[in-house]
Amino acid sequence: MRAHTEKRLVFWLFLAPALFAFVMVILVPFGLGVWYSFTNWSSSPRTGAGIAFVGLDNFVRSFRDPSFLYSFTITTAYTIVNVALVNVVAFALALLVTSAIRFRNFYRAGFFVPNLIGGLILGYIWQFIFNNAIPSLGELLGIAAWSEPANLLLARSPTALLAIVIAGTWQYAGYIMVIYVAALENVPVELHEAAQIDGASPWQRLRAVTLPMVSQAFTITLFLTLVNSFKQFDTNTSLTNGGPSAMFMGKPIFGTELLAMNIYNTAFISNDLAMGQARAVIFFLVIALISTAQVRANKKREVEL
Amino acid sequence: MNAKRLRALPLEFAAVTLFAVFFAPFVLVLINSAKGAFQITNAPLALPEDWGQLFRNIATIWTSDNIRYGSSFASSVFITAGSLVLIDLVASQAAWALVRTKTRVSSTVFIVFVAAMVVPFQIVMFPLLSWFRKVTELTGVPLLRNYSGIFLAYVGFGMAQSIFMFHGFIKSIPLELEEAATIDGCRRHEIFYRIIFPILKPIHATVLVLNGIWIWNDYLLPVLVLGKGNRVMTLPLAVSNFAGAFVKQWDLIMTAILMAMIPVVIFFLFAQKSIIKGMVAGSIK
Repeated sequence: MRAHTEKRLVFWLFLAPALFAFVMVILVPFGLGVWYSFTNWSSSPRTGAGIAFVGLDNFVRSFRDPSFLYSFTITTAYTIVNVALVNVVAFALALLVTSAIRFRNFYRAGFFVPNLIGGLILGYIWQFIFNNAIPSLGELLGIAAWSEPANLLLARSPTALLAIVIAGTWQYAGYIMVIYVAALENVPVELHEAAQIDGASPWQRLRAVTLPMVSQAFTITLFLTLVNSFKQFDTNTSLTNGGPSAMFMGKPIFGTELLAMNIYNTAFISNDLAMGQARAVIFFLVIALISTAQVRANKKREVEL
Repeated sequence: MNAKRLRALPLEFAAVTLFAVFFAPFVLVLINSAKGAFQITNAPLALPEDWGQLFRNIATIWTSDNIRYGSSFASSVFITAGSLVLIDLVASQAAWALVRTKTRVSSTVFIVFVAAMVVPFQIVMFPLLSWFRKVTELTGVPLLRNYSGIFLAYVGFGMAQSIFMFHGFIKSIPLELEEAATIDGCRRHEIFYRIIFPILKPIHATVLVLNGIWIWNDYLLPVLVLGKGNRVMTLPLAVSNFAGAFVKQWDLIMTAILMAMIPVVIFFLFAQKSIIKGMVAGSIK
């Protein structure tokens, strides 16, 4: 009996700090956040008092706001392009650093290093590259077009978005690469040898042996890059800060304002906390949807195995 | 052997080229940290005329009021290290309690933790601020613009994934180990600190690496909880503060970036094996 009491006591004592932090920073703010998204919550001093329920108003206004629709669209586009580029580059790097070249471990570590640099800081580095280094390189190579101010990647929204993809790929590809490397190293050498004896070309071996063997890694990396791209904020802030401005549905908008930044700006620049919160709820629903799809995909694969 | 080397030659070439492309940004940061305002705008690709400028730039950054490098660096180290210790201890304890106590409560709590992994920071960040303000009003404990709030925030956000990883590993530890310890007179809590905690070494590594890289580089949470231009700044906050105040002063911004990057890169050189291993293990979970 005493042992049982002690066990229960230890259970709650051990769990208490985790529960406390979790309730304080996630559970309560999450509940409040969902509630606020249906109210006229504002940052004025009367916060907490006199909040009125407004139903779906914030959501309806969000979906009528060109800046939100635009952000949603470009975030989707950004996510698709970024997922594709990061994974292609990462897989190519992984194949390269698991091939018969010298200094493989050195390359592995080297390609991984950009992942240690935070998104905010690397955004500044790439802003300098796109605005200063590339024009200067154009001058050195005699390509005048590169130094035209109007031709800079950051000067127009579609290319500025591409610039965020490039910076994001530089940061993330090394991380995704090490996941692919771990998967590639688990492919039994015998399989490759057998295929080689059967006269399979390197390309055939890649398609028939390597790819199926590392397909589980693809599920992991796909979802990691999906969620990571969708949440992009730091590099967006320091590289373009939403600019340049553009027109959408007859309204001036920020040309590279991805969703996370749109949420932030709606709350702090437009001073509409409740609407920013409603957008955050939509943002959460999309991420929850992606994550549910991931769990499903993983379950399905486990059944197959 | 020679034929094999020859065949690998195009691959070697590709590797060197890609490596050069990947490292070019770092080289640019380094050479441009050693330039003055004039040379950096005129010749961003040239080697610096005078490397001594690097030290003059570093001195400028060191004494800059916008970046306060010394104290920002110390705050970053303190916040990262403190949060890591707390996350690791609190999460491993909780995970062990959850695995070893089989009740409806424990499995519900675990499911709630796991479900929270999909909660993005964006949905909680605005209410978090007003909630923290409210708690301070009610209890007098300062949470915003203060270390205590940021520690609490990181522990809260670090819980879900860390508990999940510890939970998975603890499940595989045979119960007999703990039963034997009980027979030997080990008290319940001692079993965890003396026996389980040390066995968790590989998971400790993963948890520390994953959370460490995230917290050290995080921008959004500190900018909200600590605020811009606060007495307490982390390095990313300080760099953005500096870049905002010295727009287009690329010579100094580059130096600030260089000084923000160097500590992590040095750390990586010493611990690269466990860092990469930890990142891989964390992704597969």
